[in-house]
Amino acid sequence: MKSMEFEKYRIEAENICVDYNGKVALYDATLRLKAGQICGLVGMNGAGKTTFFNALTGFVNLSKGKIRINGETLKTSQKDQAVAYVPQNEGIDADFPVNVWDIVMMGRYGSMNIFRSPRESDIQAVKNAIERVDLVDYSFTPIGNLSGGQRKRTFLARAIAQRASILLLDEPFAGVDIRTEKLISELFIQFKKEGKTILLSTHDMIHVREFCDLVLLINKTVVAYGDTSEVFTPENITSTFGGMSPDFLFGPES
Amino acid sequence: MDGSFLTIDINSFITEPIAHEFMRKAILISILITSVCGLLSSFLTLKGWALMGDAVSHAVMPGVVVAYALGVPLSIGAFVFGVGSVALIGFIKHKSRIKEDTVIGLVFTGFFALGIVLISKITSEIDLMHILYGTPLGIPLSDVKQTIFISFLVVLLLSIFRKDLMLYCFDPRHAKTIGINVSFLHYLLLTCLSLAAVVGLQAVGIVLVVAMLITPGATAYLLTDKFDELSIISVLSSIISSLIGIYLSYWLDIAPGGSIVLVQTFIFLFAFLFAPRYGIFKVKQLLSSSK
Repeated sequence: MKSMEFEKYRIEAENICVDYNGKVALYDATLRLKAGQICGLVGMNGAGKTTFFNALTGFVNLSKGKIRINGETLKTSQKDQAVAYVPQNEGIDADFPVNVWDIVMMGRYGSMNIFRSPRESDIQAVKNAIERVDLVDYSFTPIGNLSGGQRKRTFLARAIAQRASILLLDEPFAGVDIRTEKLISELFIQFKKEGKTILLSTHDMIHVREFCDLVLLINKTVVAYGDTSEVFTPENITSTFGGMSPDFLFGPES
Repeated sequence: MDGSFLTIDINSFITEPIAHEFMRKAILISILITSVCGLLSSFLTLKGWALMGDAVSHAVMPGVVVAYALGVPLSIGAFVFGVGSVALIGFIKHKSRIKEDTVIGLVFTGFFALGIVLISKITSEIDLMHILYGTPLGIPLSDVKQTIFISFLVVLLLSIFRKDLMLYCFDPRHAKTIGINVSFLHYLLLTCLSLAAVVGLQAVGIVLVVAMLITPGATAYLLTDKFDELSIISVLSSIISSLIGIYLSYWLDIAPGGSIVLVQTFIFLFAFLFAPRYGIFKVKQLLSSSK
């Protein structure tokens, strides 16, 4: 009975702690997400958002706690291509000699042979993913010649091609054009219908209210977690941001 | 040569050097070694490991001396000390507040100094000048076999894991996320670097092997936006540099190692000025035409 309960969650992070050389970046953080849920990850710079993503992708080791993805260990979930990470635009080397097609194909590497030679099904998956993010005309454009929004869409296409059930998105709306923003929000609705689970970090309070069923407010640990309508209150936001009011941080419109 | 370099005809300019067996050997070995370094260079450029290449090629020196004293293949000693130096760099960086470039500089100069001390104490049979500046014209046959073996090994490894290494350089977090063993790739690249350093130092010496590991990749980086082309251009420019460099060294009676690297540097400068897209003259054109 207990394992049935367990399998209902796509992401299950229990009391996780991460430290870098003894410096605590995140402690006692717990998060449980089910299929089809979209959760906003909100916190200051240095509050542990990236660390949280790093923990879920296995890029850093936990000093304490436990993570289960679809009921499996991280190692198994990596082999199953369960989690896809869409980086911040700043985290990408835009001078790297690759084009859109190359990057989206990287989403298929985990399912290929050791030489990573694409099969017909891989090529088809890449084509479809590029179509879904509306970049067909830019398929062979080097990454350096793309706009911020096009770059974002390229990495979203990589996540789509990977066919991951969980998407981790680091600031998906930062520095993108209106068209990309609209396309991303449409994709979110489709992903939700497909039963994918999305965890996204954002600085934009409007986006949280618009897309996120749940919100996780963090400041080195969980400040508040729950339904957006209940948890996303001015008081909680203020305490997440170290006593500063959200108006001061994001302008009065948020 | 009649003291007149300009009057010799082009035919004998090319054929005379290769009439000598030692020159044919020098040319083939140089092409092989610089190609391997050139191929590796395309990865190091993308990974931002130029300084690491510098460090490893210096750090292998005590390994070469110890291996010589113990009578084991030089490559094994070089490999142990090359990888060891990088492990030490990682350890000190991890355990202290010192920044990475400082740690790299600190460790490789320490290893290098150890090499110099060992040479002066353990053996007088290794010529320090040979290790520092290379002897492409006088590599003994046993070393030739070893050089060929190591070169093919490095090319094989880089070919098999080519796409994984590219992904590791571009986006290690994605590689990790999809279950690719990132630390394996890290050490694979380091292993190839140590092996390339040891074959390279026989030809052009420690000082110049650094250039062979950095310059071709940088040149190619200015000329293309495609990863495959980057490696091809890098290897091609290495081969051309070896050929021209060896010929110049023969006809002008200059040190071959220095001559090869100098040609590489000139090819880089040429790309830097005239590259179709990223050369500085092209950049100026784009700026003035957009006004």
